[in-house]
Amino acid sequence: MSDLYDKLFEDVRFREGLKACLNCGTCTAICPAAEFYDYQPRRILDILQTRDQSQIEELLKSNTIWYCGECMSCVTRCPRGNAPGLLIQALRSLSQELGYFTESEKGRQQLAIKRTIGKWILEYGYCLYPSEILPDMHPEQGPVWEWEHKNMEAVMNRLGANYKGTGGGILRKIPEEALGEIRRIFEVTGGLSRMEKIEEFSRKKAAEMGMEMNDGKNDDYMKFIYTENSGDHTRKNED
Amino acid sequence: MKIEGKQNIWKEYQKEIAEDHFFYVRSCVRQNFFPGSEKTFLRILQYELKKDLFENPSHTTCSGIGYHTDIIPFETSMTMVARQFALMTEAGYENLVTSCITSFGLYSEVLETWHHFPELEEKTRQFLRKATGREFKKPANVSHASDIIFKFRKEIAEKSKYSLVNKDTGKPLRVVEHIGCHYSKMFPSKGIGGAEYPYVLVGMIEDWGGEVIDYPERRHCCGFGFRQYLVQANRGFSISCSKKKFDSMEPYKPDMILTNCPGCPMFLDRWQYAISEMEGKTYGENNQGIPVLTYEELAGLVLGYNPWDLGLQVHQVPAEPLLDKMGIPYDPEMKFRGADGQDLGKPEAPTTLKFYAKEV
Repeated sequence: MSDLYDKLFEDVRFREGLKACLNCGTCTAICPAAEFYDYQPRRILDILQTRDQSQIEELLKSNTIWYCGECMSCVTRCPRGNAPGLLIQALRSLSQELGYFTESEKGRQQLAIKRTIGKWILEYGYCLYPSEILPDMHPEQGPVWEWEHKNMEAVMNRLGANYKGTGGGILRKIPEEALGEIRRIFEVTGGLSRMEKIEEFSRKKAAEMGMEMNDGKNDDYMKFIYTENSGDHTRKNED
Repeated sequence: MKIEGKQNIWKEYQKEIAEDHFFYVRSCVRQNFFPGSEKTFLRILQYELKKDLFENPSHTTCSGIGYHTDIIPFETSMTMVARQFALMTEAGYENLVTSCITSFGLYSEVLETWHHFPELEEKTRQFLRKATGREFKKPANVSHASDIIFKFRKEIAEKSKYSLVNKDTGKPLRVVEHIGCHYSKMFPSKGIGGAEYPYVLVGMIEDWGGEVIDYPERRHCCGFGFRQYLVQANRGFSISCSKKKFDSMEPYKPDMILTNCPGCPMFLDRWQYAISEMEGKTYGENNQGIPVLTYEELAGLVLGYNPWDLGLQVHQVPAEPLLDKMGIPYDPEMKFRGADGQDLGKPEAPTTLKFYAKEV
């Protein structure tokens, strides 16, 4: 048994997710990510069952673990009650704890998510916040979102929201005491430490790649990881 | 076969849904993109069905999108969930109703985890105490808001002013239903009909006069995939999943798509627009799209609410073709007006997708 396997085994999702895999490939057949990416959840269980340190390390540093969409369709079909989606969550957690995530193009994207979703949770108390969803970063949102963005307060008011208001309701301002409680929850449970690790390992990687990285949303490294797509991820026609 | 036997077989596909006295927790995605749906849920529950529902302004995100993009450890999310439970307990409620499917899945996952690993519940209690000084009781019932509308679908039908019937032909409208993955794929017993026979939306469609379309990719994910949409470089995954569904449903000529997850209606709506811009392809007749509605929006239409009070104006794929078929009157002039009728301008029309049903 390897150290990395032991570390994974500490995660309750890993213990729940891996019973015994018979390699039937049903998870891969139903997986939306396997259809789009060069990706097979079956192969991940295969590697984990070897408990081989070097193969697990390679997996933790690879693009592979970042292809899953966590839809959990695999859970409905495994004849052995495995949950490949839960194993992915355990692998991604460990990859970030050890800093391995910066070794792959898809893994490096964690900084972009931390600086958007993570920031908004702590700052606003919401995972998403309308003034932050910028039309130029979201062309797919279309002209209606552009119009909404321009008239956000009036549109929210028309639709019955309490945007930035006190009291209850849609998009109310979350009271300061509540934001303080969230922050303390993140402090005592390891949430802040996870986020700091994402920053710290990313900073090292940016320096290694010779790219500028500051604290904002628009430094070179941040823009690069948010948009970089090498095109090497999808299944090739000949497969 | 005896009836009792049959009932027994289907028992595992049924679900206990609380009758009244709900503690409501909101959805981040819906508040941003479909605020009218949450407004309508409360309007139906409080004013049509006379139910008691309570919202504590101090409740926050459950952190679910952070959890499923893996920037947040499980311990943190468990404690965030425990805090919502504490607010519910303090308010004297025990029936939790969530507006979000990601939240619903996370609440279910946390409760299941605590059931199998009681030491993690204890650890979470200690975390919550240390961070906030709060204590909590676990909810007696966790329902998704679509479960509640399902439970009272017949009462809504009795009060209905419109139905899912084409007013010109008298035939039932053909509806694609799309269930959010985290509603029943992770914990089938938590959803009506489980993962195999999801009935939560079908029940509404049938009782409101429509006909359900079965098509090959009916249970395929919409393509949110959390990081697969949130990071721009990954959005090819997201649009491809939606496109696969559109291509699969197109031959069945759906009049609309009905959804129960916050994200799915946004993706199924926006990706139709993006595909029309990228490839000039539209999925409805005459360059129209297929209107995508939330279950509250549809319930609201059935009850005769003003479409612009429901928020149908913030859809990128216009809902007017559906309104026309159902015979629901609407004022195109008022579509993009503010609360007091003020002029807010109008969104630009897309290149291909027909946007203004009646030129104004």
